Amino acid sequence: MAQVERKPRADEALSDERLRELFREMLLIRRFEEKVEERFRAGELPGFLHVAIGQEAVAAGVMAGLEADDTIMSTHRAHGHTLAKGTHPNAIMAELYGKLEGCSQGYGGSMHLYDLERGMLGANAVVGGGLPQVTGTALAYKFRKQPRVCVAFFGDGATNTGVFHESLNLAQLWKVPALFVLEVNGWAESTPMSQHAPIEDMSKRAVAFGMRSIDVDGQDVEAVYAATREARAYAVSGEGPVFLNVRTHRLVGHYIGDPQVYREKDELAEERETKDPIELLRARLELSDEELESIDTEVTGIVEASVEFAKAGTDPKPEDALKYVYA
Amino acid sequence: MPELTYREAVRDALSTAMRQDEDVFIMGEDIAEMGGSMGVTQGMLAEFGAERVRNTPISEMAIVGTGIGAAMQGMRPVVEIMYQDFLTLSMEQLVNQAAKHRTMSGGQLKVPLTIRTQGGAGWSPGAQHAQQLESWFVHVPGLKVAYPSTPEDVRGLLWSSIYDDNPVVFFEHRLLYPLKGEVPEQLEPIPFGKARIMREGSDVTVIAIGRMVPESLEAAEQAEAEGISVEVLDPRTLLPLDEEAIIRSVQKTNRCVTAHEAVTRGGFGAELTAVVQHGAFDYLDAPIERVGAKFAPLAFAPAMEQWVVPHAADVLAAIKRTVARS
Repeated sequence: MAQVERKPRADEALSDERLRELFREMLLIRRFEEKVEERFRAGELPGFLHVAIGQEAVAAGVMAGLEADDTIMSTHRAHGHTLAKGTHPNAIMAELYGKLEGCSQGYGGSMHLYDLERGMLGANAVVGGGLPQVTGTALAYKFRKQPRVCVAFFGDGATNTGVFHESLNLAQLWKVPALFVLEVNGWAESTPMSQHAPIEDMSKRAVAFGMRSIDVDGQDVEAVYAATREARAYAVSGEGPVFLNVRTHRLVGHYIGDPQVYREKDELAEERETKDPIELLRARLELSDEELESIDTEVTGIVEASVEFAKAGTDPKPEDALKYVYA
Repeated sequence: MPELTYREAVRDALSTAMRQDEDVFIMGEDIAEMGGSMGVTQGMLAEFGAERVRNTPISEMAIVGTGIGAAMQGMRPVVEIMYQDFLTLSMEQLVNQAAKHRTMSGGQLKVPLTIRTQGGAGWSPGAQHAQQLESWFVHVPGLKVAYPSTPEDVRGLLWSSIYDDNPVVFFEHRLLYPLKGEVPEQLEPIPFGKARIMREGSDVTVIAIGRMVPESLEAAEQAEAEGISVEVLDPRTLLPLDEEAIIRSVQKTNRCVTAHEAVTRGGFGAELTAVVQHGAFDYLDAPIERVGAKFAPLAFAPAMEQWVVPHAADVLAAIKRTVARS
């Protein structure tokens, strides 16, 4: 019987020490993305970019709840997920600069970050595109009786694609060990949920397939972690996939440079004031200014170093473009 | 040598691979109890069980996408898309995902997935169950495309597809399933990118694929009765393509006809024509003739259907046009 749970059971509460590590990780993601935005505006980064400022607790909380062998697939907004899965900031920054030292050797860019060694199976630039592959990866784990899960990250916009429905239907039908992490930031690019979905509670879509769904406050890293642990245990036990209905806030535009003409200025300012997951966790941990500054200095240094690393990286030869067309 | 039908040959390749390799499994619509809409997988559920012979919902995007995911983990899924017309529903996963993972990941990922599909006119299926869309996939870097025409080739090439580390779109033709042919005692893999000369000749080369291979052989018989010696070449795989064998043949015969059931405009014959004119320009004695279907969605009534798609007579007429030019 499908169900929606409001308050997941925190079977393994995070210690303050572990929470501080997650705080550091979230701040690293924030500073990394701010730096990416700065370097993009300076004209140093080709292509176009999407940052997930405001959604750091989802990335950090989910990844903290996974085991090392678990895998993820992400979206066009993938920097945070990839950093939290363990890819070095240098490798991601080098990718954004199109260098061979990048995590996809300069073949992918921001929307196609991959790091197989760390279980990052790819960020996807087609909304919903990775979802059936998560089902298939989890099917392989089931075939091989491996105690692993594959995690799909996607946004509310993706729940309107046909492939979302096909993928969740099949995942539940075959009871594969997958977690479907819906980050409801309320926007499909510039289109608000009121214009793209006739319902507000997206968990209904998963429940319709008979899938277990857990509602999560995505600004609270402890809640995200607890829900992930719960969901993971359920999925690897063979019970089937779990849907995490994570409400979060995109505190920036769809892409870097997005003037956000579609969004109320006051609303955004208020969300930044009250919904910033990093500020919320800082308050929870009662970090002093000195402690904050010390962590900030450290992660900012890492980010600065990643830019230096990337700039010093190797440009691919043009003809290398043909190198990986076929295996 | 034993004889198998084209249908049995497909089944034999699948079953042989599944007997020796736990990583190979099949999934698709109606493939289990029913044995597939063309009967290709009949009996396989009984031998391999429902875990490895998986009936799926009618969800083409998820069928291909799930296959990609399992392939990314090193399994070797063979998914069936019941009619190639329904490949249109899975295009996103095929074109944007399967074909591109390897490059986008900087060589980290492999997608050893085979997508079997079939189609073809000749039984009044109407416009949505009879298209020949192979040329669409030849346009996508990262995919491979096979279109075998004999039992021996379909068995050997399907084996090679399963064990290829790249996504392969594997075309079968509905009207070829009952055709019998000799096959080697032991399954012999057939490499991609190797054409087969189906019949040797000296006056014209007909490059044919799918159902048009037997049609072209028939046309060649008739041409011979009129004193024209026809070479029939089946590329067997369209991507990669054995350009060398094609050019060599036309350099010998000095004339060329391409033949496929797909509509002529933008069809694979256009690519073949480009290859031939570039590689054998100085050898050509006549313009290259293209044989294919007329440019229309396929009409239902048998008389219209038969008029739209090409047959041996169309190939023969094209052969004669090339000979008349010299």
